[in-house]
Amino acid sequence: MPILISRDTTCIVQGITGREAVNLTRENLNYGGLKITGGVTPGRFGRDVYGVPVYDCVRDLIRAQGQPDASIVSVPPRFTRDAVFEALENGIRLVVVVTENIPRRQVAQMVELAGLRGARIIGPNCLGVISPGEAKLGGLGGPAENTRQAYMPGPVGLMSRSGGMTTEIASTLTASGLGQSTCVSIGGDAIVGTTYAELMPLFEADPATKAIAIYTEPGGRMEAEFSEWVRANNTRLPVVAFMAGRFMDEMKGMRFGHAGTIVEGKEDSSAEKIARMEDAGISVVERIEEIPVLLRRQLAEQGVAL
Amino acid sequence: MPGIFIDIEVDEAVASDAELAQKLSEVCAVDIFALRNGKLEIIEDNLDECVLCDLCIEAAPKGALRVIKLYE
Amino acid sequence: MRFYEYEAKALFARHDLPLGARRVVNSADEARAAAAEIGGPVVVKSQVLSGGRMKAGAVRFADTPDEAAAHYQAVLPIIVNGERARAVLIEAQSRVAQEYFASVTWDGRAKRPVLLFSDMGGIDIEEVAASHPEHLSRTHFSSLLPVTERVAKEGIAAVGVSGAALNRLTPIVHRLLLIFLRYDLTLAEINPLARLEDGRFIVLDGHLDMEAEARSEHAALLDELGIDSSETRLARPPTAFEIEGARRNAIDHRGVAGNVVEFDGDLGLVIGAGGGSLTLFDAIRRQGGRPANYCEIGGNPSVAKTANLTELILSKPGVEKIAVMMNVVSNTRVDIVARGVIKGCLRAGVNPSEAIAVFRIPGSWEGEGFKILEHYGVAYCDRSVSMFDAAGRAVAKLGAG
Repeated sequence: MPILISRDTTCIVQGITGREAVNLTRENLNYGGLKITGGVTPGRFGRDVYGVPVYDCVRDLIRAQGQPDASIVSVPPRFTRDAVFEALENGIRLVVVVTENIPRRQVAQMVELAGLRGARIIGPNCLGVISPGEAKLGGLGGPAENTRQAYMPGPVGLMSRSGGMTTEIASTLTASGLGQSTCVSIGGDAIVGTTYAELMPLFEADPATKAIAIYTEPGGRMEAEFSEWVRANNTRLPVVAFMAGRFMDEMKGMRFGHAGTIVEGKEDSSAEKIARMEDAGISVVERIEEIPVLLRRQLAEQGVAL
Repeated sequence: MPGIFIDIEVDEAVASDAELAQKLSEVCAVDIFALRNGKLEIIEDNLDECVLCDLCIEAAPKGALRVIKLYE
Repeated sequence: MRFYEYEAKALFARHDLPLGARRVVNSADEARAAAAEIGGPVVVKSQVLSGGRMKAGAVRFADTPDEAAAHYQAVLPIIVNGERARAVLIEAQSRVAQEYFASVTWDGRAKRPVLLFSDMGGIDIEEVAASHPEHLSRTHFSSLLPVTERVAKEGIAAVGVSGAALNRLTPIVHRLLLIFLRYDLTLAEINPLARLEDGRFIVLDGHLDMEAEARSEHAALLDELGIDSSETRLARPPTAFEIEGARRNAIDHRGVAGNVVEFDGDLGLVIGAGGGSLTLFDAIRRQGGRPANYCEIGGNPSVAKTANLTELILSKPGVEKIAVMMNVVSNTRVDIVARGVIKGCLRAGVNPSEAIAVFRIPGSWEGEGFKILEHYGVAYCDRSVSMFDAAGRAVAKLGAG
């Protein structure tokens, strides 16, 4: 059983007629698994994208075909908050926001409304979720054949603030024979809908997940929150973290990588984050290729058969 | 400047077909084709932007338009 | 994007926060005239973005206009944390009875804005948090519901402030909360917020930071404050190389390639995307390499755009080789990047097989990309070579000449 999505998940695409969304729809359809039942672009009712019917608004879509479980939002930044509100107010419980460059205030508003409505947001500025061999929701891995080359089913739960590095790490795991249970690109912004620590209870409860790999970087307090969770919950899952952007510690106040990486205080630095994670018993590596080596060793120590 | 990676050859029948030129200019996402004075014009500056989508090949009569990879 | 003090105060003034009489000046004569006009003792403050100007001697107190003019001459050349003064602010001195601290920022964990308030203003707030935690309150509030005075009142009362001070502080702090949300700020701070001997409150200094993503939405305001859209306001001003990179990025909307940060090394980097660039930059340094630049390529840039960036990097004095590397790509195409970097090399007048130390981009359309690289004799590797090892190969090539 994967987390967040499964082959039974029904999904819609908001902004489906946009260039990126068309591509994403095709990739998700080709990968198989979950069902994309419809799409929304205002003013484009009656069209279809690779056979997926297009509606003017989410409410019309639901009236025509019933309630979907999830939505992928791929609309320009200035329309994103409205699209996410629309999904939430129409009862959609999982919203994956692909769009980047959304100001923090608007992200916070989306997340706050999701909380009020009992829904979950993944992203923004993310590539979504994949449970290899089961379902894919978003752009992780790109075209179906590339996705199958990089991702395969297996025991590792993967979380990353970088969409591209999610695929790099998965590809390295796959090449070493370690598949993945569910991989989540949580988004590169300073505020995201779902943090590492908030995903951990789901992985912890998922029998398919036997270990965690995580991509981390400077900026923000998400790694600190994650470390506290691991320490407080005595997790059954061995965790290996990769830390990128170590060079940034020498360059306070400069902006590299994601919107969320700017180092504003000591707690945001990679050195501080590494120390906190190691204190919580998390192995922190400097090279991607060390991740499968350490995971195998830790799984073997726990007597987990692979 | 001609392309160093991609060249496009068209038969004379295609080059002088205004309707087809219009269609090619619409299908190409990287603006390689234009309709000019009732004839097809190939914008050389854009040749290397070709994404090999084959939409122009499909729009033209079979074999009348060829996308050449100069690196092969 | 950080505001100078005089800009922050201009924004505060629009929202009726209490401020002392003040003038921005650009010469000693202007300083003298401003001090005379304000009347009485003034403070002469260098306008820099970074902190520590008091320690650096760039804030001075003057009793007369002539003294203000002399202080102007004295503070203007002082470099604070590598930063030159933008202007000098002359402001009336205040008779302070007590200093407070009010700051609004985002809490990424709570995913909400938070008001930090202390009745121990003027000193380092981290120090207050550590040694007098009962004098620092944290009050989260909604970004969705209207923000009423209640939030400010609770934050102030939480540190034990009551009576007239509470009632006078509440509307001031409330306005700060509104300013924070209205202008998409990531920081809105008043420190010190002073209670004067006569019981009135006044903003002595303020820090505002606007989110870069929101700049276009507030273009009119920034224009009125005189903040040019080309000002990055990062820890250091952009170099000519960086400005040219941003220009090349802006003229072509297809993908991202051109946002560069300059370093003083000899290995040019054509790398992507966000997380991949951070990983690769670390790897180059760990392998003993000296990067000439940082950059990020993403969103499948056009051939022309990648060529432009490559040409720019190769034009940097001392840069003879570039490393072209990314994580496994899904959206960006290997063949399109290969075309771009080769074209950039040719345009810079160098042989791609010599200038490209290593090409490591696996993923989408890699078969087609590798054909192009082979045709030009460029050394490449696929996903079986890790990002770390690819960085090592690039550094080794550079060492070998």
